[in-house]
Amino acid sequence: MNAPDNARISLLNRTTPSSSLGQVSRSTVGELVDEAISIIREVTAECEQPVLLFSGGKDSAVLLQLAIAAFAPARLPFPIMHVDTAHNFPEVYEYRDSLVDELGLRLVVASVQESIDTGRVVEETGPRASRNRLQSVTLLDAIATHKFDAAFGGGRRDEDRARAKERILSFRDATGGWDPRRQRPEPWDVLNARIRKGEHLRAFPLSNWTELDIWSHIASTGLQLPSIYFAHQREVVKRDGMLLSIGGPVTLEAGETSFVETVRYRTVGDMSCTGAVRSDAVDVHTIVDEVAAARITERGATRADDATSESAMEDRKREGYF
Amino acid sequence: MTTTLNLTPTVATAPLRIATAGSVDDGKSTLIGRLLHDTKTIMEDQLASVERASHRYGDGSFNLALLTDGLRAEREQGITIDVAYRYFATPRRRFILADSPGHVQYTRNMVTAASSADVAIVLVDAVRGISPQTRRHTYIASMLGVSQIVVAINKMDATGWDREVFDNIAKELNEYLASLPRQAPTLTIPVSALHGDNIVDASQHTPWYHGPTLLDFLESYAPAPSNLAAPARLDVQWTLRDYTTNFRAAAGRLIGGSLQLGDAVTVLPSGQRTTVARIERGGEELAHAVAGQSISVVLADDIDAARGDVIVAHSDSHPKTATQSVVTDVCWMAETPLREGDRLWFKHSTRSGRATVSIVHRIDVDTLKAEPVQALELNDLGRIELALSEPILATSFADQPETGRLILIDDRTNTTAGAALIV
Repeated sequence: MNAPDNARISLLNRTTPSSSLGQVSRSTVGELVDEAISIIREVTAECEQPVLLFSGGKDSAVLLQLAIAAFAPARLPFPIMHVDTAHNFPEVYEYRDSLVDELGLRLVVASVQESIDTGRVVEETGPRASRNRLQSVTLLDAIATHKFDAAFGGGRRDEDRARAKERILSFRDATGGWDPRRQRPEPWDVLNARIRKGEHLRAFPLSNWTELDIWSHIASTGLQLPSIYFAHQREVVKRDGMLLSIGGPVTLEAGETSFVETVRYRTVGDMSCTGAVRSDAVDVHTIVDEVAAARITERGATRADDATSESAMEDRKREGYF
Repeated sequence: MTTTLNLTPTVATAPLRIATAGSVDDGKSTLIGRLLHDTKTIMEDQLASVERASHRYGDGSFNLALLTDGLRAEREQGITIDVAYRYFATPRRRFILADSPGHVQYTRNMVTAASSADVAIVLVDAVRGISPQTRRHTYIASMLGVSQIVVAINKMDATGWDREVFDNIAKELNEYLASLPRQAPTLTIPVSALHGDNIVDASQHTPWYHGPTLLDFLESYAPAPSNLAAPARLDVQWTLRDYTTNFRAAAGRLIGGSLQLGDAVTVLPSGQRTTVARIERGGEELAHAVAGQSISVVLADDIDAARGDVIVAHSDSHPKTATQSVVTDVCWMAETPLREGDRLWFKHSTRSGRATVSIVHRIDVDTLKAEPVQALELNDLGRIELALSEPILATSFADQPETGRLILIDDRTNTTAGAALIV
């Protein structure tokens, strides 16, 4: 065996892997990691202006970790974008800002508040009002403004029956809509990224991951997450069968009483429609056990937005949702 | 409904990828639903949702197919339009299940499902027997190179568990399979997806059947191990550069074999030789990499290796020269027919360009006869010759699947119109 060119390697002034991102090589779901990294590289090579959609949730955190790993030691060759409803959890904003700061990322914030202020969307009213659906308009406007031609998302096929149908590279027409009846065939892993001006692609490198794969990967690699994923005490109110956190857009209605409960979040979305689950899981390994034993899906347990109808996700996706 | 824990976080091996195939109404979605139900991998809220939908779209009896028919149009029409992916695990193994549509008009979606499958489960309705669509799907699964075919002869309960019915269908389909250009090992199982016989639990109705249940077989099935003695090949997807440290690495997914630090390699098509100075995966250094891993490689010498280039370990079995002409078996998936002389985009691994088509023949999937034709219509299977504007380092699909396949893209719509396998 020939000796490697050590002289050349010593030129590298490599920074140690970021502590927040952990070590990808330790992942227990290695094949899924390789598949995801390959998709991220391929879409980046084939498209001109990709962007990574980052919500601060666990799936987008894994996606970001893998995107950085796909291009290390070079810089991430695209920005990340947060579609901000202004109703996210404070812990998630903190997490986002510290990651951006630590990793030197380019962050684009697409603001739902701005869409409301400029009249692009009309804020829902009433006790069940949510900015969740408004995000689609803000997202599509931002994609058009920045001329993004591909948006990476952390969506997984095991999340929801409409997502279970989606391609890894999913075409969006000029209106941003998804037509589930006319999806492009996707043989093998040969990805077709051809689009016309004004159209764009959504890329889902984590399509084949399950919730348990995500947690098992997080536990084995040491990826840091927002603190609300772990058990903590919180003032909540029980509404529509879900435990909603008091604060931000959620205030007590007549007849409701709040109480303090030990909870954690299985998904991270808008405070107005993301429910907490009762849990004592304070560390990631306990969460892996809890997820393995779960008998209710994560969205079923925590998302009021999906409970509105049996095709809620499909309907939102047709409008351009994540 | 009571359920028990059966997901095991320690199951760490790569998931087995399975796709269903077969005619419409042969029970593909019901079979998947049964598999999920009997392995207790359906969550309570999903069960509740299927129960609600069963009342809305049916007679109220629990409809297993509604577990995978997730689109509104599918639930309304009671058919599968596009592939649904489902994930489940038993204590022995993790699985990715792709449930394919049976309708002829959605054959392209079945191609999508079967292309990434290790195992194809071909369903046959025991009462109606083998249909042209059964043969088409079987042909496609075999053509796409699945390594195992399981024929599940379904609705056996409706025949009164008649062994003769089973034997006749099995014989007919096995004869068909044996006459296909590409053979895959085949197992035939009598089942009732509706009632669960021989899916997870062995049936009381088939004392004459001595083989495994479907789940037993899937749990113990060992796909042919990837050949680590095969020569390694890295099709460069992207060049990683850090200008401040003058760092440059070629990134891609390793195909075939393994690559070690210090290995002698050639960069193609330039033919320049060098050695491997550094291997990384996920930003961390490796001493050696194996097929399937997404890695980056630093070469010892300052040689250009950019997207479209290929880094190969020294070996006689790699193509040394690129070709601009390939003969392929193709499944045509666009509404617009493919005609002699048509020009399209192609994509092979990391290379794209123009392809000019010359049609060799069309295969009649019933008789398996090759017929001379002027055009391939939607869902036709045939053989075409492609003249390429860009040279590619091709292998035959049989030698190395990853570099023996390409897609054809329609100019006018940008849709993926053809799945082609190099002969």
